[in-house]
Amino acid sequence: MPMSSNFAAQPLALSNAGVGVFHFGRFLIRFKLRRPNGYAILPDVSDVAPLQNSDLPRHAAFVRVTHWITAICFFALLISGAEIVISHPRFYWGETGNVRTRPLFKIPIPSSRSMVPTGYGYVLPDQNGWSRYLHFQAAWAAVLTGLVYAIWGLWTGHFRSNLFPAPSDRTWQSFQAVIARHIRLKRPDQAEALSYNVVQRATYLTVIFVLFPLVVWTGLALSPGFNSVFPAAVNVLGGRQSARTLHFFVSAFLLLFLIVHIAMVILAGFRNRMRSMITGVAAVPQEHP
Amino acid sequence: MSKVSRRKFVTAGLVATAGISGLAAAAKLAQRYGLVPPDSGGIYGPGETLTYAAQRLLMRHSLAREFPRSLISKTPFANEMPPLNDAFKRLQAGGFADWRLSVDGMVARPMSLSLSDLKSLPVRSQITEVVCEEGWSYIAEWIGTPLLDVLNAAGVLPQARYVVYFSIDPDWWESIDMADARHPQTLLTWAMNDGDLPVGFGGPLRLRVPRQLGYKNVKFITRLTVTDSLKSFGKGLGSAAPEGGYAWYAGI
Repeated sequence: MPMSSNFAAQPLALSNAGVGVFHFGRFLIRFKLRRPNGYAILPDVSDVAPLQNSDLPRHAAFVRVTHWITAICFFALLISGAEIVISHPRFYWGETGNVRTRPLFKIPIPSSRSMVPTGYGYVLPDQNGWSRYLHFQAAWAAVLTGLVYAIWGLWTGHFRSNLFPAPSDRTWQSFQAVIARHIRLKRPDQAEALSYNVVQRATYLTVIFVLFPLVVWTGLALSPGFNSVFPAAVNVLGGRQSARTLHFFVSAFLLLFLIVHIAMVILAGFRNRMRSMITGVAAVPQEHP
Repeated sequence: MSKVSRRKFVTAGLVATAGISGLAAAAKLAQRYGLVPPDSGGIYGPGETLTYAAQRLLMRHSLAREFPRSLISKTPFANEMPPLNDAFKRLQAGGFADWRLSVDGMVARPMSLSLSDLKSLPVRSQITEVVCEEGWSYIAEWIGTPLLDVLNAAGVLPQARYVVYFSIDPDWWESIDMADARHPQTLLTWAMNDGDLPVGFGGPLRLRVPRQLGYKNVKFITRLTVTDSLKSFGKGLGSAAPEGGYAWYAGI
């Protein structure tokens, strides 16, 4: 999914030139210093004045729209999915599993079903009805949005130009360099304000082309109707309970991504990141006089 | 902003009009071909309709997975149940000899069948998985009479669209469309694995609908009604499940 966490883009204080220069794609971009040691002073989000010198296009409209629809859907799927797990917080491997079967693992939480042995002396209220309705409605919205995003992204070259790393960056050295910069909490270079580094690109590509397809697949493999048409979808995963356990783990990885994503957005400058994903325009970090 | 607004406005207007007419046409077609579930009102209607329509288009005739005998669960799980009522206990005391299944509604020959009447119809068995919406499951061999054979014996009228089925527990009733009702794996089940169907698993008579979740597999069936509309049953949402907040269609 298109998400903008540019954790490399911190306010810069690198040189004392009055004018900054950096490359954006094949464009050489110059910008004027407007405030020392920080971002350009941002206009209000409600301000519809023409772009400032230091405000540059960051995210295309289709990326922003699909990002926020996906964000809403993901939140709904997460809440409803967690709610459904509460009705049976036990996981198994293979085709079958129930309270009379030894689980692969249990989540030590109370359950909304009295038949599940949890060790707690109480049973939570059953919320599965609306949770299931919401889960599938949000799943439809997310999948359809994802399809629009994928087709549009291929059509416009979004994946090629914004997400696939440049050939020169497809090396372990580039990875290590980015990771080393993060470990040393170093300020990123200016180009990263308007583009993604190789680690971000690899992460987004993994989420978009590995985790999302996997979570849809493992989810569909839990549908007895779907499985009657495509039995291989569940059989190759090792059976129904394996599919359910994998669905849980892939969701956990997506949650981990979400947490890191939000943390990085906050660390990199919450206001500017939010602004660029809402209005499409990013403030470019200024250099020190 | 004002410079682009005219062309954008016209384009957006055309796109919106096309989109709305497309949606209206799709909704009309979906109604026409029976792709709209009875609980499609309300905020979750679009998702439910998409699920039901997509699965109906994909899987009208597909078969639920069947398993080798070696995969039959050694620890099947009889789920929690509401307490059995007096009517059930009386029939149970008589060894279910007086258990009747009535078939009425849009049929040429309404009938009332005993368990031995049912057993004289064609017998089928299947090794399929019971899948609960909570997440657990087990595999068993289910033996019974295909619902299709009972419907054929009663003579279903051509305008029939749903079969409503009732438990002896008055609050427990469900319905399925004709694609599921005529499906070869939809089984009026009276035996499981090596013996009679135990009460915990729905004995003496349970409807198995293996392409849908466990809650559509109502226990203690006493009545089938064939109908062309679900409006007059309960609150008109199709079955007891939506009245309790659960989806009518449970193929997912």
